[in-house]
Amino acid sequence: MRAALILLAALAAAPFLGFGEGYSLTLLARVMILAMAAVSLWLLVGGGGMVSLGHAALLGIGAYAVVVLDDARITDAAVVVPVAMGAAGLFALVTGAVAIRTSGVQFIMITLAFGQMAFFTASSLAAYGGDDGYTLYGRTTVLGQRWLEDRLAFHYLCLGLLALTLFGGHVLLGSRFGRVLRAARENPLRAEAVGFRPYPYQLVAYSIAGAVAGLTGVLLANAAEFVAPSYLAWQRSGDLLFMVILGGLGSLQGAVLGAVAFVLLEEWLGHITEHWRLIFGPLLVLSVLFMKGGLVGMLRRG
Amino acid sequence: MAEPLLAVAGLRKRFGGLAVTDDVTFSVAEGGIHAVIGPNGAGKTTLIHQLSGTLRPDAGSIRFGGRELVGMGLARRARLGLARSFQITSVLAGFSALENAALAVQARSGPSFRFFRAAAAERALNDQAMTALEQVGLGARAGVLAGRLSHGEKRQLELAIALAMQPRLLLLDEPLAGAGPEETERLIGILLGLKGTYTILLVEHDMQAVFALADRISVLVYGRVIATDGPEAIRADPAVRAAYLGEDEAA
Repeated sequence: MRAALILLAALAAAPFLGFGEGYSLTLLARVMILAMAAVSLWLLVGGGGMVSLGHAALLGIGAYAVVVLDDARITDAAVVVPVAMGAAGLFALVTGAVAIRTSGVQFIMITLAFGQMAFFTASSLAAYGGDDGYTLYGRTTVLGQRWLEDRLAFHYLCLGLLALTLFGGHVLLGSRFGRVLRAARENPLRAEAVGFRPYPYQLVAYSIAGAVAGLTGVLLANAAEFVAPSYLAWQRSGDLLFMVILGGLGSLQGAVLGAVAFVLLEEWLGHITEHWRLIFGPLLVLSVLFMKGGLVGMLRRG
Repeated sequence: MAEPLLAVAGLRKRFGGLAVTDDVTFSVAEGGIHAVIGPNGAGKTTLIHQLSGTLRPDAGSIRFGGRELVGMGLARRARLGLARSFQITSVLAGFSALENAALAVQARSGPSFRFFRAAAAERALNDQAMTALEQVGLGARAGVLAGRLSHGEKRQLELAIALAMQPRLLLLDEPLAGAGPEETERLIGILLGLKGTYTILLVEHDMQAVFALADRISVLVYGRVIATDGPEAIRADPAVRAAYLGEDEAA
């Protein structure tokens, strides 16, 4: 976990090291939010062997929970957070109940299908802006206070939740539950032969990851004060999956490293040339080909 | 007479026109080693799959400790005390030897929907896992990743996992498969050591091992059990000799 802890410390210090103005903080918030989403996806891919291509939908559902409540003038975190986590967790539970009966390519396709279903549903929500999206009246309040309007407070909220997610994931993977989940990923037949049917464990893991993604969606909505159906699009799921693989499936912290590397690289290349995707794409291909075990694997080899 | 621990009756499985398991009936009494032997293609593997629950028979019944197993999956049967080992080593390569065994202990030690406490720190699980490893002589290798063990050690670990389940019946699918002469000798020694404590159904290709270990032997040929008896009687059985020498069956 060392590399991730160093990163978290760097993020904590960043506002005092010359990254305290608006643009930097926006970028860092994006890094942390996507890192949190990547951690929740890592629990599925690295922890449970469930390669989902529909994770953005879960984030999007969390974000749209903010929208629906905002439209009803309900903005307090005490309501918004449970509703967002519950809605995304429930969506994960229901779709997971079907998807987890499959595996491999079928699982990828079925999560993609459910994700796109959510995407088109969001696009058709005329009351919430449809394709054009929805601009929030304001950020989520905490105990009636508008603390999240403060950029620095928001920065540390994101950091705290990222740290909590990372720690929670770490504890989860080491628990009895996590051990069964990891065993089922490595060798489902072995898990069954000692008496564990993987399905209920995988389904619970999928729902937990969904709820965490829902929470991440709340942050995402607050960061931009705007939510659009594109948040749920499969390309976003692909980006998240890429962060996880780039970081490495050997350890949970890979998700954080992958997300940070992905966003910063994207940002940096974007400054160099407007055709940055022409460089970004091949770089990603090369990283998969030559960095066995992702960034985590590279750090381990020293 | 008390009900046998395992009673297989009229078991049938066809793949297309081929009867791979053809009216198989035999029973395993509590205690000792019961071996199932047979030439290649006799249907040993298919039989094991049906006994352990990875393949559903077309007809027949499998009673274990007074309960019907047909229709139950592998995991359910495992929890009832039917532990199987695999012909092709199937361990968790990324787990240590100890954690491989601890997972099996965990399966019979209360609920596993526990999300907070570190499983690796549970003394009760680790102690019992360690006992299982020591039973097969792997105690010194407890901390090694299973993927880094030698082939013979993986065969031992496979056994230790089954033992950690504290099964009522050990279903061993060719535990000597792929082992060299020295490893074979060591594994036979381990199995002899288990003999007093566990009831074992041994499916094995290695004749020498079978005759050294088994109290009773069932011979499977073309999906049928042609004889079940003590080792001496099996050795003398003309039908068995015919099957193994590749001659046409006289019967």
